[in-house]
Amino acid sequence: MTLRFQPWILVAALVAWASVPAVAQHGAKAATGPDNDTCLACHGDPAAKSDSGRAIGLDADKFHASVHGAIGLACVDCHVDLKKTTDFPHAEKLAPVNCATCHDAAVAAYSTSIHAAARRQTPDSVAATCVDCHSAHEIRSSKDPESRTYPLNLPATCARCHGDPNIIAQGHIRIGNVADLYKDSIHGRAVSKSGLLVAANCTSCHGSHDIRQRTDPASHVFRANIPATCGSCHEGIKTQYDSGIHGSALAAGSTHAPVCADCHTAHDIQRADVTSWRLSVIRECGTCHADKIKTYRDTFHGQVTSLGFVRVAMCSDCHGAHAIFPKTDTRSSVANGHLLETCRTCHPTATAGFAEYDPHADKTNAARNPVLYYAAVFMKWLLIGVFGFFGLHTTLWLPRSYTARRAHDKEMRTS
Amino acid sequence: MSVARNVPMYVRRFDAFDRVLHALLMISFLGLAATGLPLLFSDEGWARRIASVLGSFEVAGWLHRASAALLIVVFLLHLFRVGRRLVFERDWGIIWGPRSMVPQPRDVADLLKHVRWFLGRGPRPEFERYTYWEKFDYWAVFWGMGIIGASGLLLWFPVFFARFVPGWLFNVALLVHGEEALLAVGFIFTLHFFNGHLRPEKFPMDPVIFTGRITVDELKHERPGEYARTAAAGGLDALRTDPPPDWLTRLGFVTGGIAVIIGLFIVGLILYAVLRR
Repeated sequence: MTLRFQPWILVAALVAWASVPAVAQHGAKAATGPDNDTCLACHGDPAAKSDSGRAIGLDADKFHASVHGAIGLACVDCHVDLKKTTDFPHAEKLAPVNCATCHDAAVAAYSTSIHAAARRQTPDSVAATCVDCHSAHEIRSSKDPESRTYPLNLPATCARCHGDPNIIAQGHIRIGNVADLYKDSIHGRAVSKSGLLVAANCTSCHGSHDIRQRTDPASHVFRANIPATCGSCHEGIKTQYDSGIHGSALAAGSTHAPVCADCHTAHDIQRADVTSWRLSVIRECGTCHADKIKTYRDTFHGQVTSLGFVRVAMCSDCHGAHAIFPKTDTRSSVANGHLLETCRTCHPTATAGFAEYDPHADKTNAARNPVLYYAAVFMKWLLIGVFGFFGLHTTLWLPRSYTARRAHDKEMRTS
Repeated sequence: MSVARNVPMYVRRFDAFDRVLHALLMISFLGLAATGLPLLFSDEGWARRIASVLGSFEVAGWLHRASAALLIVVFLLHLFRVGRRLVFERDWGIIWGPRSMVPQPRDVADLLKHVRWFLGRGPRPEFERYTYWEKFDYWAVFWGMGIIGASGLLLWFPVFFARFVPGWLFNVALLVHGEEALLAVGFIFTLHFFNGHLRPEKFPMDPVIFTGRITVDELKHERPGEYARTAAAGGLDALRTDPPPDWLTRLGFVTGGIAVIIGLFIVGLILYAVLRR
């Protein structure tokens, strides 16, 4: 696995690097207000409550172990309106902490996000702010296994909202409980079961601060950007996809060309050998190739897969999965030069005549499948003829047979 | 000839060989229908349920081929028997004439007379050994065996046959196999059941194909042609036999009843699928 290049990581790292000494100096220079011990005199008890009963305590050790505690940041560096306060206890209502004082790049990125937009639209929105993901007093580096933003912990952090039915309802989150879907996906299992740092977590696809709606062309998950986003890990597959007809169409600006998530889904991505998923891909191909899935379903391959079994040819077995080419392209697995070879992957002793079978024969198309067409017409009229004739025959016979039976029974009784 | 009502006199209509063949035909036909129709209606929920009950399409395919092999054996045994009667017994009467299964002019006349009788405009035709609808049943199955059997073999061994026949023939084979099967299943499970068993005169069923025997009264009433011809030739006594044992009659009713129930159930599923489309 290669490390993925994520521009925001670089930006965040630079900002952090540039701001640490400044903050430290700033902290020392501006420590004109109450020092941390003064604050902790009241707030150092985790169970502390204000007069109105609000929890105001914090765990001093956890604060000291946090990135901010470790560099000796003063409480009033964040709670700036208390810098000049001398009269304690201070007023209960404080100004909100402005993280941008130090983390201006991260906050600038956040301000472009759907979370920020939701808050701008509805000030009391449930949308996440800095502390919802990073916490307030216990913030740790995302490289710290204790951190909420550590790759193996991040899905649980996002799930605090995106897996909570109440918040999903309150926030009108249309995609619903994605945490549940992700949890059972191949990526989710790689994180939770295998502990893979390189497995895609939420931020790998969505970005961290600049999480935008998928309809926003700047979003990592905007339709046209999805192959690049997935390709940041699945580079080899992206190269195949780009070379194929779907990738070319997308590059040419098609809004209909399928992207990774159309077949693989966005959050519920399964291993490629999962039966239910493999069957769903056939249906997915059929959403655009309606005529092809119809003729496929007329064949043994299509009937068996429709019944729920996968040991027969599906779309990708003949056409390829990511590097799909039109039949006229010599690179295509169904081009004349490659067709027999493709049939032979399942039917190893197939001959040239075998490959003349039409896996998408259309019984209504006299030009493409003349014999099949006339056979279908013949069979149709044979069925209509037989059932029509005997249907009428039976309809006439039934009442007559009934009276004959009654007459016979009567005769038997009287004799 | 007068027959005492309390002790009906029986004559033989089908011998044991024919009855066993018919029983094997029933088993293989039901097996083929149950394992083949799910493919033809693969987008139906009931087809998926049958397929999952059977376990896998490999199991269903194996049962289908086993039933097909049985049916092929039945077909060959029948051909062998017909051949023996022609070659060794020189019994040309089975090719043409009143005892023959081959359609002939009198069948057209019988059909027209029968329709007149349906409409109350004439007497019942003087049917012979095989009526025109029985001949249709026979030849429909005969034709169906050829068509479904040949196309089925093509589909069973596609790689082998593709060495001799063009690939498009497999497209035709698959279509014809399915459509012909639909015709056979639809015909047997409705028209054959009605004509042979369910029509009021026979309801609930005619056990003759299981017992092989009918009463002389029945013969006289239903097949007066055969009765008169046999009686005139003095052959009635040769055909005379004991009444069918109770166990055989009961077995016939149970077997036939099960087959009719399965068949009508399958027809119901097909109608449900076809009408929903």
